[in-house]
Amino acid sequence: MEVFIINLIAATFRVSTPILLAAIGETYSERAGILNLGIEGIMFFGAFIGFIVADKSGSLWMGLLVAILSGVLAGLLMGLLSVSLGVNQHVSGLGITLLLTGLSLFGFRLVYGGRSTPPAIPSFETIRPLGDVPVLGQISDQYLLTYITFLVVIPLAWFILYRTKFGLHIRAVGENPEAVDAAGVNVYYVRYSVLAIGGGLMAAGGAFLSLAQLGAFTHGIIAGRGWVAIAIVIFGNWSPVKVMGGALIFGGTFALQLRLQAMGLQLPIPYETFLALPYVVTIIALVLAGRNASYPAALLKPYRRE
Amino acid sequence: MENTEKPRWRLVKTDNPPFWVKPLIPVLALIGTFILTSVLILLADANPFDAYYYFLFAPLENKVSLLEILVKSTPLMITGVAVTYAFATGYYNIGAEGQLYAGAIAATGIGMAMHGIPAIVALPLMIIGGFVAGMVWALIPALLKVKLAVDEVVTTLLMNSIMAYIVSAILNGPWRDPNSGWPQSPDIAPTAVFFKLIPRSRLNFGFVLAIVLILILWIVMTRTSFGLKMRAVGLGKPAAKFAGIKVNRTILTAALISGGIAGIAGVAEVAGIHFHLIGEISPGYGYTGVIIATLGSLNAFGVGLAALFFGLVETGAQTLSRALGVPVYLGEVTQATMLLVALGMLLLQRYKLRRM
Repeated sequence: MEVFIINLIAATFRVSTPILLAAIGETYSERAGILNLGIEGIMFFGAFIGFIVADKSGSLWMGLLVAILSGVLAGLLMGLLSVSLGVNQHVSGLGITLLLTGLSLFGFRLVYGGRSTPPAIPSFETIRPLGDVPVLGQISDQYLLTYITFLVVIPLAWFILYRTKFGLHIRAVGENPEAVDAAGVNVYYVRYSVLAIGGGLMAAGGAFLSLAQLGAFTHGIIAGRGWVAIAIVIFGNWSPVKVMGGALIFGGTFALQLRLQAMGLQLPIPYETFLALPYVVTIIALVLAGRNASYPAALLKPYRRE
Repeated sequence: MENTEKPRWRLVKTDNPPFWVKPLIPVLALIGTFILTSVLILLADANPFDAYYYFLFAPLENKVSLLEILVKSTPLMITGVAVTYAFATGYYNIGAEGQLYAGAIAATGIGMAMHGIPAIVALPLMIIGGFVAGMVWALIPALLKVKLAVDEVVTTLLMNSIMAYIVSAILNGPWRDPNSGWPQSPDIAPTAVFFKLIPRSRLNFGFVLAIVLILILWIVMTRTSFGLKMRAVGLGKPAAKFAGIKVNRTILTAALISGGIAGIAGVAEVAGIHFHLIGEISPGYGYTGVIIATLGSLNAFGVGLAALFFGLVETGAQTLSRALGVPVYLGEVTQATMLLVALGMLLLQRYKLRRM
């Protein structure tokens, strides 16, 4: 039982990492008033670019870096559509998801052909800072990227959003762009910036899957994780710390289901119940948050200087 | 006071674009898409002009692929119509994918029970069953929207994922066909299969259904008071409310119709193409429906045209892949590029260049 729980906790952090990276990226964008439904495609693209660059260059870190850059570009494309042109955010986001999914599949087929066993690369190694300390040692056995996510990305997001002038601008643009503009802040610049940061984080989340967790790129690699991240952002009330909590809850349920399945336990209910559970929980959480959910007031609203 | 700023070209908003702008948009979007996707075709070591011949013209030159275009556009027409009802009302139903599968489950369940029952009974039962199932799956997000103001974009998206697991659970559990190595259901009864419109082709009654749904959409939107209410709510809830329209009831009805029609898309795929339930009945038709509805500018005939064009692109991508070895996913890339380019242009038509 003790081993089971230790493994579960360790897996929870691992499973939460990619979703949390993407969800924090989405938090930045939504805080400035842009719902980026391109998230699913940007994660997929990040996973693909990360994999192919790592495979061809032989450097996993190079793969991660280029993946993040590709995510930044995808974020800027979302900016071109939703900020400069003022296109409906749902449609431009879904369009970007379709585009990047198609581009990734096209590129993968072009480079690797239609072989039946997907190519694999040696993935990132885990680190174990707490070594042989009982219980904690095993839990601390994680990828460096997981440490960076929980110990750098989250605190930094909190700091930027709540303790810097740029963060103040982001939150203000998400609430009342007209007033911010009147105060002399460039709304377009702020929105483009958060989309670029957000896109980079989303792509990093995708690349975590292909470079750390799997060491491969498959068609089902993202499998709706982007949509879960969107839900977690709302569940976490657009606050980085609460978003982290949401990602851990989701990761926990997912990891529990994996553990139970791996143990070969014969359950009276189909194992899909566990897979669907996080989605059901998120919907219930949305209902409970209900009218209390403090959506950024300018979310979904294009801004145009007249 | 002296103006020291030099005159330069600026975009200025205009309410009356010249009449020749609108018809030009699809043409310009096509050219823009061609230029952008040419890069990918060149990467695949093919000549873009040759490629575009196989992509857009070759499928129109023989009967088999011509019919295939209609087959491929059928589910897109239906999901496009489904999404249009919701989007026209300002209800952003991104859940057509899940609702399609709900309809497919119902059609399979009813279809498997139709042995010995004539088609004239079986087909309407399946269509109604699929409509109701899609409606039921759309009901939860719709109720949450009107009763508790929970954002429908997120809930409908999540419902898609939940539905995918339900389908997987059904196919690995109660409906698993013991004669198949794959997770798939047993076949539906022969009388429950949609009849072919042309012998030895895949074109079936589902296409007729899609055309009928487009015509109904056109009538509802242009000739009924309900269509007027939907559009009024879509244009602005406070104004619609002020005009005495029951906003929540209109949204709920539109959301349910939207879900029901998406369910029919699932019926058409089961009864017309696969004859059993598999997890891969839809490669994202529900999401493409959003794009079709947008490209068709929420207009019944626009939706029909956009779906036919996407059917052509999908068929052409296969022809092109066979002829020149360009990966078949060029189809998806082209569809998405077309959408993004067209969206950009639709907005630019509202502006004109002026030197000031």
